[in-house]
Amino acid sequence: MESMNKLRVFAPPWLVRVSFWILPLTFLAIFFFLPLSRILALTFDISAFGPDNFRIAGSALRFTFYQAFLSTFLTLLLGLPSAYLFARYNFRGKSILRALTAVPFMLPTVVVAAGFSALLGPRGLTHALFPLSSFQFIGTLPAILIAHVFYNTTIIIRIVGIALSSLDPKLEHAARSLGADTFHVWKDVTLPLLRPSIFAATLLVFLFDFTSFGVILLLGGSQFSTIEVEIYLQAVRQLNLPAAALLAIIQLICTLIFSILYTRITSRSITQLAPRSMLIKPQTLKQKLFVTLFCILLSTFFLLPLSSLPIRSLFRLEADRGQRGKVQYGFTTDYYTELFINRRGSVFYVPPIQATLNSLGYAGATVVLSLLLGYPAAIALAKPTRLERILDPLIMLPLGSSAVMLGLGFIITYGKWLTSPWLVPFAHTLVALPFVIRTLQPAIASIPQRLRQAASSLGASPSEVWKQIDFPILRRATLAAGTFAFTISLGEFGATLLIARPEYPTVPLAIERFLSQPGGLNYGQSMAMATILMLLAMVGMLTIEKFRLPNTGEF
Amino acid sequence: MKRLPLLLLSFCLLLAACAPQATPTPTGPQTLTIMTHDSFAVSEDIVKAFEQANNAKIVFLQSGDAGAVLNKAILTKDAPLADLLFGVDNTFLSRALAANIFEVYASPELENIPAAFKLDASNHALPVDYGDVCINYDKDYFTDKNLPVPQSLEELTKPKYAGLLVVENPATSSTGLAFLLATIAHYGDSFTDYWRALKENGVVVVDGWETAYYTNFSGSSGHGPQPMVVSYRTSPAAEVIFADPPVTDAPTASIDSAGSCFRQIEFVGILKGTQNRNLAEKFIDFMLGQQFQEDMPLQMFVLPVNPNTFVPLEFNEYMRNSIQPATLSPDVIAANRDEWIQAWTDVVLK
Repeated sequence: MESMNKLRVFAPPWLVRVSFWILPLTFLAIFFFLPLSRILALTFDISAFGPDNFRIAGSALRFTFYQAFLSTFLTLLLGLPSAYLFARYNFRGKSILRALTAVPFMLPTVVVAAGFSALLGPRGLTHALFPLSSFQFIGTLPAILIAHVFYNTTIIIRIVGIALSSLDPKLEHAARSLGADTFHVWKDVTLPLLRPSIFAATLLVFLFDFTSFGVILLLGGSQFSTIEVEIYLQAVRQLNLPAAALLAIIQLICTLIFSILYTRITSRSITQLAPRSMLIKPQTLKQKLFVTLFCILLSTFFLLPLSSLPIRSLFRLEADRGQRGKVQYGFTTDYYTELFINRRGSVFYVPPIQATLNSLGYAGATVVLSLLLGYPAAIALAKPTRLERILDPLIMLPLGSSAVMLGLGFIITYGKWLTSPWLVPFAHTLVALPFVIRTLQPAIASIPQRLRQAASSLGASPSEVWKQIDFPILRRATLAAGTFAFTISLGEFGATLLIARPEYPTVPLAIERFLSQPGGLNYGQSMAMATILMLLAMVGMLTIEKFRLPNTGEF
Repeated sequence: MKRLPLLLLSFCLLLAACAPQATPTPTGPQTLTIMTHDSFAVSEDIVKAFEQANNAKIVFLQSGDAGAVLNKAILTKDAPLADLLFGVDNTFLSRALAANIFEVYASPELENIPAAFKLDASNHALPVDYGDVCINYDKDYFTDKNLPVPQSLEELTKPKYAGLLVVENPATSSTGLAFLLATIAHYGDSFTDYWRALKENGVVVVDGWETAYYTNFSGSSGHGPQPMVVSYRTSPAAEVIFADPPVTDAPTASIDSAGSCFRQIEFVGILKGTQNRNLAEKFIDFMLGQQFQEDMPLQMFVLPVNPNTFVPLEFNEYMRNSIQPATLSPDVIAANRDEWIQAWTDVVLK
């Protein structure tokens, strides 16, 4: 790396390495290792080793692995072709479709559950089309799996997508001109080149499924229990903290094993890519068929459940039987206008514009913070030495640790500081950082060193080399990483980690507030707030995508 | 790595600098922190009035559901995060008292409160509000189908009500736990037989109140499949108050026959180690006083423990009958709760 070369003049290489790690490691030490080890040390004791606890852990572990493997497999099945679609083809509505696939990632589970049940529930669209079908969706394993695919496909699309779009199409053309058919081109050329990014994306998806909590509770219902759900039950409902600590440790060890395996596999396969890409309009019949089919599939899968939210926020679907004929039903903007009225004069009233600004502010801070911390780590990881091989698995641990236990750890470690709004972007960054690093790292590793050397030996200045070779690859990855940080923060993944601060409520918090009380107006307002969050997410992502346009020459 | 401790220190200092000032200045208002659950709500003007009258600044720390809040209070007992804790209910009361997190305070306002609510005779935890967990039903469903509304827990196991009831899992929901306790108060040790019969009759179990009410219940705006849901006796009033457009009558009603509802009582207590004991006492008096008690029904849909308080008309309208709710002593609940939940799980979910 450029910066590394410059530093090498003044400092020995090991010091340069260490300096790359100081910021990210300090951050993890303060916001992850310290609180987590304090809560585990406080709660874990010999009583955790009861036979009951092992029975609970055993059955939860089995189901956790089972659903995580299935979910990850299904996510790859939809995600890989979709990544190919977005990386290779140019078509109308592409940006919007791509932004759409990322929207679920930031919606609260309650809202997604409402969306699915509006579609598949007993009064949903499916039932209207097939009135005799009597199938139960909520509370089944398919509901869990579909929700996981719905949430996580965007991870595959983004991470594998960057790798695919930086892949030199000439490689495939060469293979094809040497007589390889489409299947062999994929198997022998494209897939091996994509391997690091596929592994990175798969690991992230797997960890998300592995530590799944809200989806299991809300869509799976009560008969399914993952380790994370069991930790919540033991810690919060039964107040059995030793058992929760044991489960949290088991989950942490599993995460560590996956991360080490990942590091082992990927360290062997660094691929250097050419910093160019080619986007084509679908031309042959086969290409047109593929693009059309997947556009229909993706928009059906993502748009149908999501569309019920804006619909429910703008229409009264049916009048209650007793009120029929007396009240108007159909189109209404009441739910939106009501959002602006603090009807009950509550201390905790959330003005929608304020909530939107708070959410955006936190998201912006999270993007800056996670890129700032993620870049040095990703640069160091791109050319791993022994130090990196040890540190690499640690980066992933925040994703695999129990949010419930970490939240309790924050409480005992930081106590009264928890009321500070400054902590929110830090908590969001904790979740965003693994994504940012895993997105940047394969891209940085793929920068072709030979090209850089050739360029400098031909007289290109370092800045020219950076502009022509590093920048095009890094810009794409930085945008993807920034989008991850943005969506993670908007979706409040860290909400359970910290005390909610009524002075600075966010949009997801407002949605929860409305849904926690009965009444048609509350339901309508929660749908209106969810629609605002969706729009915010779409606009945010389309804006981020705009940044890739200037002087790229790829469009 | 030698610089790590130094950096860590500077980071901590930075954080400390960003944190709001916790120590009160002698002239400025005194800060009183109240730890509570996410469902807590109160009118802005009465809080403002209290702040002005007492030169105080009130901070509410909302940290999860009632169980999570109690957990956090117990974990931070040596360095309390707040001066007061509101929201421990009678199902958690014994655990809170056993953990010894409260200071004694015999508020003068207690004399207005009926003895039935004062479950802690030692006055560590003082009752503030109560609510009855009852089955709500979709009135139109039963009229349309010409089906009589079940009047007792027993009737729910009849075949004509098969698949019509949705309940919350008592392991994940306090509403669900309250309903389980109602059946235990009624059936004693044979409550598992009753639940086996309910299961055979197709009872639907979901994780929490929000899902039960908005996704499964047909009487709410979610228009779900089940016409009966375990909710609160105040929910029909809320359906009128938060109707859009306004309605003349609630679309739902509660089944409140003797023994079919369970009474939840919520308590407040001064956390041990508070630096603001005087102000904390004043705030408790304020919570038990008429103004706050009258504010609660419309903010949190719970009922005041102070019987001299005015309750909104909608509440009286939908809760006209006097009610004999099921009760169990907090000690019995604390001693058996885990076993009961496990027994319930084995019968209903396995």
